[in-house]
Formats: sequence, C-alpha cells, structure tokens
Amino acid sequence: MTTNCEFTLAELMIVAASEAFRGDGEILASGLGIIPRLGASLAKMTHTPELLMTDSESLLVEEPIPVGPRGDYVPKYSGYMSFERVFECVWGGKRHAMIGPTQVDRFGQTNLSVVGDYNKPKVAMLGVRGLPGNSINHINSLFVPSHNTRAFVAGEVDMVSGVGYNPARWTEDMRQDLMEIRHIVTNICVMDFGGPDHAIRVRSLHPGVTFEEVQANTGFELLKAPDMGETAHPTAEQLAIIAQLDPHNLRARQLKDNPPGIRTASTEQ
Amino acid sequence: MNKQMTTVEAVAQLRDGMTIGFGGWGPRRKPMAIVREILRSDVKDLTVVAYGGPEVGMLCAAGKVKKLIFGFATLDAIPLEPWFRKVRQAGEIEVMELDEGMFQWGLRAAGMRLPFLPTRCGLATDVTTHNDLRTIKSPYDDGEELLAMPALNLDMAFIHVNKADKLGNTLITGSDPYFDHLVARAAERCIVSTDELEDKLELDAATARFNTFERYLVQGVVHAPMGAHPTMCAPNYGWDLNHLKRYVASASDENGWQVYMDEFINGGEEAYQAANGGVEAMGKLPLPTF
Repeated sequence: MTTNCEFTLAELMIVAASEAFRGDGEILASGLGIIPRLGASLAKMTHTPELLMTDSESLLVEEPIPVGPRGDYVPKYSGYMSFERVFECVWGGKRHAMIGPTQVDRFGQTNLSVVGDYNKPKVAMLGVRGLPGNSINHINSLFVPSHNTRAFVAGEVDMVSGVGYNPARWTEDMRQDLMEIRHIVTNICVMDFGGPDHAIRVRSLHPGVTFEEVQANTGFELLKAPDMGETAHPTAEQLAIIAQLDPHNLRARQLKDNPPGIRTASTEQ
Repeated sequence: MNKQMTTVEAVAQLRDGMTIGFGGWGPRRKPMAIVREILRSDVKDLTVVAYGGPEVGMLCAAGKVKKLIFGFATLDAIPLEPWFRKVRQAGEIEVMELDEGMFQWGLRAAGMRLPFLPTRCGLATDVTTHNDLRTIKSPYDDGEELLAMPALNLDMAFIHVNKADKLGNTLITGSDPYFDHLVARAAERCIVSTDELEDKLELDAATARFNTFERYLVQGVVHAPMGAHPTMCAPNYGWDLNHLKRYVASASDENGWQVYMDEFINGGEEAYQAANGGVEAMGKLPLPTF
C-alpha cells in the first residue's frame, strides 16, 4: 500500500477510518464528522460497496454524497431512512457507526454527556445522544482526533454514555454479545480491542509515532498487537477518491494546522 | 370543530409544574412562536420533554424549567446549546438524561397507555445510575434482563407543522417527520402551530401521506407564519444561523438574556419578525446542507 504520494494526516486517518468498515457487508455505515464520514464513504467506494449510506439526513444513497456545499451535484436517492427508521436499524443491529466521544476508557466505554460531577458538571456537552442504544446494539468504532490523557482517561469515563467491555457493568442475564467496538482511530495510531478480555491494543502507529508516545498520551495501559506496524499510507487511487468526496477540502480543517501524513522534524508534537 | 386559537390562548392552558413535550429535533421544526409566548408568560416549574434545540435553552434561560427530560440539546451547526450548558453546569435544573431511542420508546409507551416498554438501550451505562430506571426479566425461557423504559406521559404537547387546517389536520412536508406523531400521542392535550393554515384541507392522495397523526389528537391550531424561526422548517426555510449566533452570545454577554428578551421577545411576534428582517426575508433562509 505504501506509495510515494504526498498526503496529509487527515487523509491517512480517512483511510484508517475506512478500514474499520472493511468487510461489514450490507449494513448502514454512519460516519459522524467529516473524517469518519469520508472514511465510510471511501469504504463504500472501494473495498465494501455493499454498505448502505444516507445523505446524513433522511434518504439513502448508493453513491456517497460529497461533503460540504453541493454545487451542481445532484444526489441520487435509493431509499428512505428517517430517524425513526434509524432506530429500527440500530435496534436490529444493522449498523456500524464511527463516533467521536469526548472521553474513552480502557473498557471502550464512552462519554458524550458531562465532564466532572454529574449534578454540577465542569463541562456539559451534548447529552448521551444515541450512544447507549448504539453501543449495546451494533458495531461502533471511535474517532479521537486529539489523542491525549484527557480523552483516554484513567479509570472509567466520567459519565458512561456508551457501553464497553467492563464486566462490573453487566449482569449475566444481559445480552452483551450484541455489542462490538471495532477500531479506535486517532491522530497518532489505530487501536482495537483484540487483547485478553478485550484489552485495547495498538494495531498500527501513524508514520513517525512510537508506541511509547502513544502510551504516554493514554491514561491506561496499552498492549501491542503482535503484527503492530505502520498505518497504511493512502494510495493515489484513494487520494483521488477522497478529493472527489471532499471537493472543498474540508478535511484540511479538521486537524490543527493540517499536519502532513509523514512527520517532519518541524511537525513533531 | 374550529380549533383555531392564538398563541396567547394556547399558552394560557399551561399551569405551573406541568410536563410539556415539544416536537421537532434539535434546531429543526420547533414550535418557537409558542415558545416565545411561554417566555412572555408567568408559567414556571415546567418539566420539559424534548429532543432539545433552542426551545430548551431559551426556557432554561428564562428560568421556566424545573426538570429536563432529554437525550441531547444542540443547535447542530453550533454543537453546544449555550443556555442548556450554562444552567446544567450551574446545577440549576433536574435532569432525566436518556438515550435518544429510549426517549421515543417512552413516548410510544405513553401513546399506547402502557406503563413501560422493554429495551436494551441504557443498560450497562450511567443512564441507569442517574435515573430511577428499573430492569425487568423476560418471562420467557431466555430470561433476558431488559430495561423497562417508563412511559413519558405529557400534560401538553406543542408541535410545529408546515400546514394545517382549523379541524386539526396537519401536514409535515419536510423529508423527516421526526417523532412528532409520538409526541402528540403521548400527550393529554396537543396544540400545533402551523406556517400555513386553511379552513379545511382538500388533498390528493400523495400529499395526504404527509399527515403523520390524527386530528383527534389535536386540541388547538395556532396560525404562526415563520413559527419555527430561528429553527428550520424544511422544505420551506432553513435555520437562521445569524439569529442563533445572536442567541448564543446572550449566554455570555452581561445581562445577555434580558437584552435578548427586550430585543426579540417582549415586543410580540410581529416585532420579532420585524427584528429578523420581516417574514419575506425569513422565508428565504436557505436550507442547510448536511
């Protein structure tokens, strides 16, 4: 996969996000936010065409819609997916969503509600939104654009909004087998839950990043996947599709200073 | 059978301490003309039930909210709802924070006159820690433990629609009707506001499908042109981002809420429209691209 193309870190992360959806088959792919959405779109346009996608509102499309103002582009609709139908899809387990929580813990539990004390929070965010239902019913992947110990917290997240692999939260009569957390894509690595008892492992490091750097920016202990290597670089074909899906280059505004995909001395963080 | 009333008559039906549901979703098709009338009223100690947008924040800003039952509060284009955030962080409101799916499940239970409906949503999260939510064991051989989502019974529902008649027949012509039909069914009484009002709808079959709940659920119809502003009312008009920014600023400006009330609310709906460039300009607000 390695090529000599120049690419940005955002583009590397879009490709990494697309890999999370590989082989999912005929389920609804939802990427929340520009990079996850471009990742899901890239997956559908390359390795997993069976995926279903929406216009991010209420209609299904077979051709992922470019992000941002549409200009002359006219979406071609193939079906209907109102919010009510999304819940039917979610509860039936026919979805893979990549979401961006504020906090993640070692169990993969996520928080989108509040930081600090629940009754008088330091920061109130959106509310739990669909995280409880999504996380217990279908595949989820996580997108964390700033990998640090405020995002990857020690202990549990402040308000468990999305379920994870924490045995203390489950009884033996609850169906835990319906949930799966697939990948975590960050600005420095890709992780999964392939360790013993779903422990989080680093699958791949973005170019120029060390495992030690990832560990130092994570509030809990990480494992190395046996085949941990470098995150795949975007190919020329993938970059061309990404450019087509993002004609206004919104991807350049998703990460501070739009860093290059391969670190140079001046972009060391 | 003429259910037409004014916003003042609609809001006069509220009593302190009532549980009120709002239709719409975030900054989309909220009954804002009615919300503005509530802001002008003396009613207080409300329990507000909503997929929250600016109606939640504004009612919080005005001190009308005792308790909020919600899955989120957001302005979408501006992710964090400023006044919700402010009062929530100050610990000034009680909350029942629910998963979005549990929320519609609770409305559905209410509409079907059931005490609860079972679901997996909310299990193994802090939604069950912070709320009085119980679980139930499946009576069948599987024995699965499920969350019993209690009915969200509403004293009053307010919903904004694109078109209605005086009998209470309604049309929601935006591409997503959200959960307004469930909000209407969950309520003891439901009052709709409408951008367009006719004496009696006479529709072709394709258009009649835009009706998502029956008129026997509707006790009042308020004619409110641009009544969803500053939220969007697809396909008629988009949200007013400039107005929303002005509203957001009210949460950080000195005496900001009082200034917002004086500038936009206290003068009544005609003054509100004039302060936002008039009905014609408001009606041309472009729909957002998602």
